[in-house]
Amino acid sequence: MAAKSQICSIWLGSETGILKGVSLTKKQAFNFCEMSCLSRDQEVCVMAWGDPQESEVLVGSVNGTVKTFSTDKGIFTETRECGDPSQGRFTGLAVTDSSMITCVESGLLKVWKEGSTETVEVNVGNGICRMQQNPSQRHRVATGGKENPLKVWDLERPDKPIFSAKNVAHDWLDMRVPVWVRDIGFIPDSDKIVTCTGHHQVRVYDPSTPQRRPVLEAQFGEYPLTALSLPASQGTVVVGNTHGELAILDLRKGLVRGCLKGLAGAVRGLQCHPSLPLVASCGLDRFLRVHSLEDHSLQHKVYLKSRLNCVLLSSRELESSSADDSGDVEEVKAEEEEDEVWDTMETVMEKTKKRAAQKNEATVTGVDGKKKRKLVKK
Amino acid sequence: MDSNEATTSESVSKKKGKTKKLKRKVKPDEAPVQEMDQAEGEETEKKSVSEACLPPTFSVSEIKNKQRRHSMFLKLKEEKRKQKLELKKKKKKERKALGDKAPPKEVPKTIENQRIYDETTVNPEDEEVAFDEGTDEFSAYFNRLTNPKVLITTSDRPRGRTVRLCEQLATVIPHAHVYYRRGLALKRVIPQCVSRGFTYLMVINEDRKVPNGLVLCHLPDGPTAHFKVSNVRLRKEMKRRGKDPTEHVPEVILNNFTTRLGHSIGRLFAALFPHDPQFVGRQVATFHNQRDFIFFRFHRYIFKNEKKVGIQELGPRFTLKLRSLQKGTFDSKFGEYEWVHKRHEMDSSRRKFHL
Repeated sequence: MAAKSQICSIWLGSETGILKGVSLTKKQAFNFCEMSCLSRDQEVCVMAWGDPQESEVLVGSVNGTVKTFSTDKGIFTETRECGDPSQGRFTGLAVTDSSMITCVESGLLKVWKEGSTETVEVNVGNGICRMQQNPSQRHRVATGGKENPLKVWDLERPDKPIFSAKNVAHDWLDMRVPVWVRDIGFIPDSDKIVTCTGHHQVRVYDPSTPQRRPVLEAQFGEYPLTALSLPASQGTVVVGNTHGELAILDLRKGLVRGCLKGLAGAVRGLQCHPSLPLVASCGLDRFLRVHSLEDHSLQHKVYLKSRLNCVLLSSRELESSSADDSGDVEEVKAEEEEDEVWDTMETVMEKTKKRAAQKNEATVTGVDGKKKRKLVKK
Repeated sequence: MDSNEATTSESVSKKKGKTKKLKRKVKPDEAPVQEMDQAEGEETEKKSVSEACLPPTFSVSEIKNKQRRHSMFLKLKEEKRKQKLELKKKKKKERKALGDKAPPKEVPKTIENQRIYDETTVNPEDEEVAFDEGTDEFSAYFNRLTNPKVLITTSDRPRGRTVRLCEQLATVIPHAHVYYRRGLALKRVIPQCVSRGFTYLMVINEDRKVPNGLVLCHLPDGPTAHFKVSNVRLRKEMKRRGKDPTEHVPEVILNNFTTRLGHSIGRLFAALFPHDPQFVGRQVATFHNQRDFIFFRFHRYIFKNEKKVGIQELGPRFTLKLRSLQKGTFDSKFGEYEWVHKRHEMDSSRRKFHL
């Protein structure tokens, strides 16, 4: 179990309550679930990393429990009761140093401090769809939902939001534009927040300006946008809708840069890798797909037998893909070392030959190792 | 002499008109030379001519005269057919001669044989899928907690064929009620159905007096499937059909729903009918999936003896093709789709099927 969980680089939560780990390098998927006492009320709603080293996964279920899963040990280490099902499902889970923040659909945002049973409660309004934490300023969270505009809260001063968005002006029929914030993302290195709505709009807000209305608005498709993620490269955002259409939008002009093909069902979870141009998507069609953001091609597709709700990418993904490269590099280095061994053993003739081969980049003669070394040099 | 010449020339021209002799055209000057038994002469001449002047890269399509070209083509086909028959006979003889040592018969390639393996094909012993199916929206039906009750309606202002199809479907599906759709919105109809205990809502969409779509919505909170309907045959149009179906609960046959999506759709159809079929009625409804098309047939069977069974087709027949499966009750704008048919991505291979 521990070995399996240590190699997994993508974690997914499913509707059946099973936590799934996928290792792309080994092309294997594993189920981590407590015994065989599964039930539908353990359906995973939210997932988050428990600590910056990504050794713990926090899994929030429909029945109000938050379970901690240790990736090193491969078992669930802790279960906490953080609310009851009457208040709705979890819509957000976040961790600050020594405390955990949870938000439910009815709007009750609670900060659970480690060790003590007291909680700080904030009511953020009814009908919340998403609560997201600012990755750079971890005491700030943003919430939004159906007829509940975007609000940014500072947990040190929880009585009033520090930023509350205003609805856009009436449309061309002079009717009020409905509000339905489905997912929120914080743009790194700035104060801006990007949201996607159930009315197929993507909006960017800037709390540092006095303008409470969106700074940029873009439309995509005709179906509600359900998930959003910001890739490592600045200026773009990846969104997914209920028809399984994934699109990359440019945040400078609000245009669609390209679409990622392959999904057949609604996108429930979307996450971009922190450094590589990869995006992982999961949805109701029971597949995990990893696309490359550069050439929009499908890199991996894994069938996981239940409908998937959330996805978490670990930065270890970087290591796994570079492990392949480093594997090649290591092999080449090993061969270089071997070559050096041969060099020391053999006569000067060989060395000159090699030097000649290195100087010219002519046709290769001799041992295969030389060829590979040449490739490395290139 | 003159008369002879005249007659020979006439006969020659007639033969030219007969079209079959290409070589005649090539060597017309030889014709008046021959006098008697011109048929034989023709043939010998033809043979010599064919050996002499037929170019090797000759093809039937180069003849400009349509009648002659057509006849040459027919001759060619006849020859090919003869050769094929001979080959077959030879093979059969060889096979018979070899007896037991004959190599096994080659299986012809069909699209079903060459189907690309779908990774979502359900393994019967899979626990996760079993749990998923045991606790999904149909679990109430499959655990015998509810009985099906179907509401059949159409799009607004239906015309002849659609109305008759609805009536006939209501005889095929037990506990089915047909209601006229008075231009009501489905989203408002659904809560009323739920309160009256219906388990299914079936809406037959009509276009230009012909039914072309079917929306099947499982009611408490279940999935909604949208199908394309084609090839509808009502009872009147069926040949050699039996008498009208009785009130007995039919048996249900679901063929070839192998993938995970196929399983969901199969369960959707299965939950339309009550659990315990009345074998006295000897009626069976079949949903046969082949190449992503679902064929619906309704038959009455009778066992003549242990091995022989006779069937009569009753009832309407139609073909369905799945367009989308949406989670939750009917909400095409804001609902989440479990599967949407995307033609350009999914129909690119002729050997890949999804159900």
